[in-house]
Amino acid sequence: MKILVTAKRVEDPESKIKVKPDGTGIVQEGLKYKINPFDEIGVEEGLRLVAKHQGEVVVVSIGGKEVQEQLRHALAMGAHRAVWVNHTGPLDQLAIAGLLQKVTEKEKPDLVILGKQSIDDDQNQVGQYLAEFLGWGQATFASKVESLESEQEKNKVPAVTLTADGKAVRVVREVDNGLATLECQLPAVVTTDLRLNQPRYASLPGIMKAKSKPIEELTPAKLGVDVTPAIQVLKLSSPPARKAGIKVPDVAALVDKLHNEAKVV
Amino acid sequence: MEFQLTEDQRALQQAARKYAREVVRPKAAHYDETATFPRDLLQTAFELGLLNMAIPAEYGGVGLSHLDQTIVAEELSWGCAGVATSIIANDLANLPIILHGTEEQKQRLLGHFAERLKFASFCLTEPEAGSDVAGMQTTARREGDEYVINGAKCFITNGGHAEQYTVFATVDKAKKHKGITCFVVEGRPKGLTVSKHENKMGQRASDTVSLTFEDVRVPVKNRIGEEGQGFAVAMATLDNSRPLTAMFSVGIARAALEHSMEYSSQRKTFGKPIIEHQAIQFMIADMAMNTHAARMLTYESAWLLDQGQRNTLQSSYAKCFAADMAMKVATDAVQVYGGYGYIKEYPVEKLMRDAKLIQVYEGTSQVQRLVIARELFK
Amino acid sequence: MPIVLIVAEQQPDGNLRKASLNAISAGKQLADKAGAELHLVLLGKEPAKVADELKGSGAKAVHLGAAAELEHYLAETYAPAIAALAQELKADYVGMASTAQGKDLMPRVAARLKSAMATDITAINGSGADVTFTRPMWAGNVFAEVKLTTPVKVFTVRATEFAAAAGGQGAAEVKTFAPKVEASKTKFVEFKEVKSARPELTEARVVISGGRGTKGDFKEIEALADELGAAVGASRAVCDAGWVPNDLQVGQTGKVVAPALYIAAGISGAIQHLAGMKSSKTIVAINKDAEAPIFQVADYGIVADLFKVLPELRQELAKLK
Ligand SMILES: Cc1cc2nc3c(=O)[nH]c(=O)nc-3n(C[C@H](O)[C@H](O)[C@H](O)COP(=O)(O)OP(=O)(O)OC[C@H]3O[C@@H](n4cnc5c(N)ncnc54)[C@H](O)[C@@H]3O)c2cc1C
Ligand SMILES: Cc1cc2nc3c(=O)[nH]c(=O)nc-3n(C[C@H](O)[C@H](O)[C@H](O)COP(=O)(O)OP(=O)(O)OC[C@H]3O[C@@H](n4cnc5c(N)ncnc54)[C@H](O)[C@@H]3O)c2cc1C
Ligand SMILES: Cc1cc2nc3c(=O)[nH]c(=O)nc-3n(C[C@H](O)[C@H](O)[C@H](O)COP(=O)(O)OP(=O)(O)OC[C@H]3O[C@@H](n4cnc5c(N)ncnc54)[C@H](O)[C@@H]3O)c2cc1C
Repeated sequence: MKILVTAKRVEDPESKIKVKPDGTGIVQEGLKYKINPFDEIGVEEGLRLVAKHQGEVVVVSIGGKEVQEQLRHALAMGAHRAVWVNHTGPLDQLAIAGLLQKVTEKEKPDLVILGKQSIDDDQNQVGQYLAEFLGWGQATFASKVESLESEQEKNKVPAVTLTADGKAVRVVREVDNGLATLECQLPAVVTTDLRLNQPRYASLPGIMKAKSKPIEELTPAKLGVDVTPAIQVLKLSSPPARKAGIKVPDVAALVDKLHNEAKVV
Repeated sequence: MEFQLTEDQRALQQAARKYAREVVRPKAAHYDETATFPRDLLQTAFELGLLNMAIPAEYGGVGLSHLDQTIVAEELSWGCAGVATSIIANDLANLPIILHGTEEQKQRLLGHFAERLKFASFCLTEPEAGSDVAGMQTTARREGDEYVINGAKCFITNGGHAEQYTVFATVDKAKKHKGITCFVVEGRPKGLTVSKHENKMGQRASDTVSLTFEDVRVPVKNRIGEEGQGFAVAMATLDNSRPLTAMFSVGIARAALEHSMEYSSQRKTFGKPIIEHQAIQFMIADMAMNTHAARMLTYESAWLLDQGQRNTLQSSYAKCFAADMAMKVATDAVQVYGGYGYIKEYPVEKLMRDAKLIQVYEGTSQVQRLVIARELFK
Repeated sequence: MPIVLIVAEQQPDGNLRKASLNAISAGKQLADKAGAELHLVLLGKEPAKVADELKGSGAKAVHLGAAAELEHYLAETYAPAIAALAQELKADYVGMASTAQGKDLMPRVAARLKSAMATDITAINGSGADVTFTRPMWAGNVFAEVKLTTPVKVFTVRATEFAAAAGGQGAAEVKTFAPKVEASKTKFVEFKEVKSARPELTEARVVISGGRGTKGDFKEIEALADELGAAVGASRAVCDAGWVPNDLQVGQTGKVVAPALYIAAGISGAIQHLAGMKSSKTIVAINKDAEAPIFQVADYGIVADLFKVLPELRQELAKLK
């Protein structure tokens, strides 16, 4: 099985994001960067699938040369090689999906795994755009029935399963009010949700080996994709702060406040 | 000169930090309180290649440079110094083989550490010979193809769990340090007894025991180097490992600093967060400054080794300065926490207890100063 | 006249998903600002079931596309049908509520229409051709004002930021159309519903959420929820541990809720959690740790053991009745 997985560079989810006073961007100083957590889950699922069915995990990231750090992380986890689409400057989801479409057509994987959203833009779009552009089936928000504390998880069993004839994948999806199961003919696009798996840590030997794994460099021009953004970000602002609340000494005081002040009970 | 970590070094740092933060920290207080061996944490360390970092890749290890090892060591110790000591004790025990073993010995005595989680111990200290290594009483007597070892060792890290012991013994007491010879004892042969582990002040997650050797037989092929070379082997080993113990101090101090910064911005006295009192600011400034200075000294001492240069002086600078620094920084952290710092529910008193050990093992701070003075007047 | 097309959603049980009404009112606001006409579309096996509810919600027209192939929702079958209708109507805007279905479907519709899309819009600004959207980024730490420059503009609506469209606002013209049905490479296998007698998390007036502090024991949370007729929510830590169903997760990557009263018990208040509940009218935090960040957003905080507070709170509230 050949699996293409995205590895976007995003701000560490634990960092404090502040808007610049002029609203043109966020304050970059002191920020740390990571692989998008959903993409990391995607890499893990890819590795589990090829551990079971053989094959290759190729990771792809789009951005300036700094995104090689995220590619190396995925390679250190065990991915086999990487594709770097070198581009600096704003990109919208339309452009990203366009670039990924070309990379997919070049690599011809059986499965493309993306995160359901990236934790910076929070758009939740690229996987679906890509599936439509390719004319492939999609299974978004991939999850599993078993919990992250289960035996399956401990044994690193892939949650995305191949059907008996090997021509389709079964995916359990997290949707409103429950879990929906789909069967997608391969090739297909899958996007990951949080409960799909617990990504492995990069090991030291993995990191050392990653140094010699190849990273192929491409550009939007080479791929023939016009990446002029169709989404203009006019202004960023901080959400209004909630007014400071109070601490109440006991339950009686709490009920009194809820009843007489907030009037919600 | 480069004062920046490379991308690969940042990746190693990230990996070790993740392990320290997500695997070690949540259980550090538990293992400290119970003084039990953190086998589960060490199993994960093994799987991530954090154990046996010094073993070259051709013998199944990770084969990190010295500088890279110190980068990892800081993170491990930031997680828990006791766990870090348990991890690095393997390297300490294996360094004599790495540095002075024959090709055959390296294959045979290092290779198997890649197979599964296994521990090794470095056995130098004796009840009557700590700082004064040449006062060693443990003897090795040659009988045909074997040596017969008799004596006692104490304060042996990982000793209760080890499956391989690197033992220093003298073939001739009269020769003082020129009689000292290094051997590798495999498994738990007849005559080797392990005492119960010591109830320690700090680094309680690490296992520390005494060993007695009664007619323990070791094949000649397990002698590392020649007879009488043991002292040099031990000293070379310590030159290699001092940057790591120095970095343990930096890890402890960084933890103390971070806790203090957080606490001092929350705790209020006289109407403002205590960080707004200059006395606290200065304390924290000193903590940060000294932690960083120790880190730089340590990087240099490891870098020298990577350049193939002798680092005896610099590694003693680093170990001594860092250990004393960590003791002070951790003590100050307790001070910043006021009464709460003295209570076990808060994280800083452990750091103070953990830091103390680094001034003692692998050459006390006094011994480091002796070495420094000796090197200066050479 | 420009056209705003809002996609309504039927639940597996055939009822209208309530968030559709919030999307409709966002659509109406947009139509007013853009000087446009509001149309609604609903696909399914029997969309007519909810036609009456849609008819009175203030739209100009309601388009019902029935087909047997559309019985089970699939992005691959729904997207072509909606895109084709949008093209036929020459719609300028196509939107839907940010439900699981909305998030799955609309990007695929946008891709068909070669359009840019804004997810989870919280406000509509400007007027005429200069309409812009406000949407959250970085777990709600940042709000961005964005302008979509493609001819057709696609969006999903954060339901909590727009009041549900009330019924009885005139009668839209109900039109049926034959949806364009394409073969799908994806097959629906099954839907396992998590049944609950409690109100829907995103619709409830009161939500009681438990975190890791519950250690998986939700008995007291559920008892209090039943006392108040509230929905139960959870932090990610709790869902990850498998203590409660996944779809109870509140936060950046879970559900966004904005009830009149949100009670967080044993939840530390990580930014990702706050992203899902910060707009609640009144927030109560119960946490043992006085420094827990949840207290920074709570109107009323109580520093105590949740296992002590929750039963007491339930008894006190019962007395109010
Ligand atoms: C938890 C722990 C783990 C350890 N792990 C190991 C291990 O794995 N392997 C191992 O071989 N050893 C180990 N050690 C032993 C450690 O290296 C020794 O304790 C250390 O070298 C000091 O020796 P000592 O305890 O005999 O002290 P002593 O040598 O008796 O020293 C006592 C004091 O006198 C000072 N002193 C001694 N000589 C001089 C001098 N000439 N001038 C000035 N001051 C002097 C010392 O600095 C110290 O303050 C461990 C010790 C501990 C506590
Ligand atoms: C084991 C134990 C037993 C105790 N027994 C008793 C007892 O029997 N009775 C009793 O009443 N109390 C007792 N105490 C409390 C003890 O007296 C207090 O802990 C001590 O006064 C410090 O107060 P704090 O812990 O609130 O620290 P804080 O006042 O919060 O101080 C924190 C740090 O900030 C520094 N700081 C505070 N204000 C300033 C400032 N303006 N400028 C510069 N630095 C400042 C402090 O020096 C300290 O380093 C006990 C404490 C302990 C740990
Ligand atoms: C990509 C990404 C997406 C995420 N998305 C989400 C999301 O959508 N929603 C979400 O919730 N999280 C999300 N998270 C996780 C988030 O960062 C936190 O880890 C999570 O919210 C913590 O859950 P918690 O508050 O229950 O647990 P903890 O942070 O462990 O807090 C438990 C709290 O319980 C308190 N407590 C313990 N015992 C008691 C007791 N007996 N009585 C009272 N209080 C007690 C403790 O003081 C503590 O404050 C996401 C993280 C990432 C990286």
